[in-house]
Amino acid sequence: MSRFLRNQGWVAGLFALLIFVFVVTKLIQPGYGSGDFGSLARAVLPYAFAVAAQTVVVIAGGIDLSVAAMMALTSVTAASMMNGASEEYALFVVPFVLAMGLVLGALNGVLIVVTRVPDIVVTLAMLFVLQGAALLVLGAPGGAAAEWLKASVVGTAPIPSLPDWADAWVPKALVLLVICLCIVWIPLRRSRLGLSIYAIGSDELAAFRSGVPVARTRIVAYALSGLFAAMGGLSLTISTGIGAPIPGPYLLASVAAVVLGGVALGGGKGGLLGPIIAVFVLRLVRTDLTLLAIDPNVTAIIEGAIMVAVVMFGAFITIRGRPVGATP
Amino acid sequence: MTDIATMPQPVSFGRRLKRFMADRPLIPLIILLIVLVAILQVLRPGIVNERWIANTAKFAIPLAILAGCQTMTMLTGGIDLSVGTVATMSAFIMATQIVNQDPAVAFLLAMLPAVLIGLVNGIGVGVFLVHPLIMTLGTSLIGTGFLQVYQRTVIASGARIPDFLNWLGTGLTYGFPNALFLFVPVAVLIVFMLNRTGFGRLLYAVGDNERAARLSGVRYWQVITALYVLSSLLAGITGLLYIGLIKAPSLSLAEPLVLPSVAAAVIGGTSIFGGRGGYTGTIVGALILTVLTTLLTILQMPEGGRRILFGFIVLFVTAAYLRIIEDR
Repeated sequence: MSRFLRNQGWVAGLFALLIFVFVVTKLIQPGYGSGDFGSLARAVLPYAFAVAAQTVVVIAGGIDLSVAAMMALTSVTAASMMNGASEEYALFVVPFVLAMGLVLGALNGVLIVVTRVPDIVVTLAMLFVLQGAALLVLGAPGGAAAEWLKASVVGTAPIPSLPDWADAWVPKALVLLVICLCIVWIPLRRSRLGLSIYAIGSDELAAFRSGVPVARTRIVAYALSGLFAAMGGLSLTISTGIGAPIPGPYLLASVAAVVLGGVALGGGKGGLLGPIIAVFVLRLVRTDLTLLAIDPNVTAIIEGAIMVAVVMFGAFITIRGRPVGATP
Repeated sequence: MTDIATMPQPVSFGRRLKRFMADRPLIPLIILLIVLVAILQVLRPGIVNERWIANTAKFAIPLAILAGCQTMTMLTGGIDLSVGTVATMSAFIMATQIVNQDPAVAFLLAMLPAVLIGLVNGIGVGVFLVHPLIMTLGTSLIGTGFLQVYQRTVIASGARIPDFLNWLGTGLTYGFPNALFLFVPVAVLIVFMLNRTGFGRLLYAVGDNERAARLSGVRYWQVITALYVLSSLLAGITGLLYIGLIKAPSLSLAEPLVLPSVAAAVIGGTSIFGGRGGYTGTIVGALILTVLTTLLTILQMPEGGRRILFGFIVLFVTAAYLRIIEDR
């Protein structure tokens, strides 16, 4: 019960932080309105999926270094398939790319289980492999996205029961994000499988002795991570209209948001809501830096420094949380 | 009964081979290198001559020094992904500062970011116990940000490759590349340090059993900080050598060397989990990768395919070494 309170307390604190950063934004730029919130939601989209991908694996006690490369590969695949194709063809591309993410994620898991090499090494090797594959699919940034897909993240979602002023604060990108995450996460959280994922992250041996199929659960966790990463890749293609074979800064951002979101890097603790709020906080801080008219390159430095500081803080908390004298 | 106890157990060929591989990893590596060169000679008769050997050495040397950074950090169970950024920063700063500054001052300025990044890495890993992979990835992102800001400030002054770096990077003395003047002392120093000095043994000790090392009085954070500063310094020097070889300062100069440097150390028999390995194997690993790259270029394999191959090499070699260790 106390753990439940603590976790919810963390999420509540984060939410307060988000509101605080929001107020700061409003102070810096009094004209910050619903339109800007819409572009924030669009910018958050790929980051949020990257964070979701990382969260599932971290809860299961692993780490996925191939998230950004997986997004690059799925993004270029979608962009090159939709290039010059009809609008209807995209109806086929989306499930294909999602399935590809699922399969490649499962491959990560299978390799970890079969070779018994630690997660961090396997996913590092897969980072090379997926990066290479992305370059093979598309040598330089290019491709295209279907118009209806591009339209699906622009503007606001018309919700009939809401008055117009409130509706303006519900961008389509946010709705899309919430739907995609909930469709996967809520059934998972309530199922036996979800419980198993938490169990193997918390204590693998205890989980094994309680009859949890550890290997299968780990593979499923990585497959889900691949699925979320594929969503991230698709959202990249949709929001930019092209695919780029170079992985973006999503790996470090995802780890930082996971740590800030209250998911212990050791596994077994935390949820999806915390990291998602954390990613909004991190993006909004970036918006603030831009609004303060700071050179974009300097913004990149500050952002990187914040993320490193967050990860250091998280590691520090993990040391403190351990009993005295335990091996780090 | 005593008869049975003293009788030599029949050892299967597979086990003997495995033990041989584990005890003398250098011999199969050298055989592999010779096989690769032979394949090259068969594909392009006459390619293997004095000039080719000098050329191969020239390109293998920067890779081998960077792989040395990976070897040392991997001995402690870490990894240093910031070497590419550090090398690029040093090279770029050198090439732009030499225009207006004294060479010695330019050299010191070029080494400054290397020391700083190494220090931050060391403190993050040693004091805050952040995973080295995440930490060095973070500092390399920050470093790239700084480099972009710096580039704007020197855009007017232009860049120049100093003559002595040209001489070091591409010059030949009696058919031997001048880079050997740098590499041989560095290699001797690393091998001597790892095998004969207290610091070198501490690296093995920390990587083999961190807890035991701590309990026997090793100041973990001091060892780690010194290690990452040393690794960064070596990377910085490699950057200077590499700019003399490539002769085109860019913001992603040494980035393509990062993945191969990890692969070279892994192929050379250094365990990515720490405590096992050495620098001589790594040197052969770097040679193997350089010859392999030539081979793949002749076979017209694109860059993407090469990355995929390197990824799988890292994965399978790690898995193979894991099996060998388990069997002993």
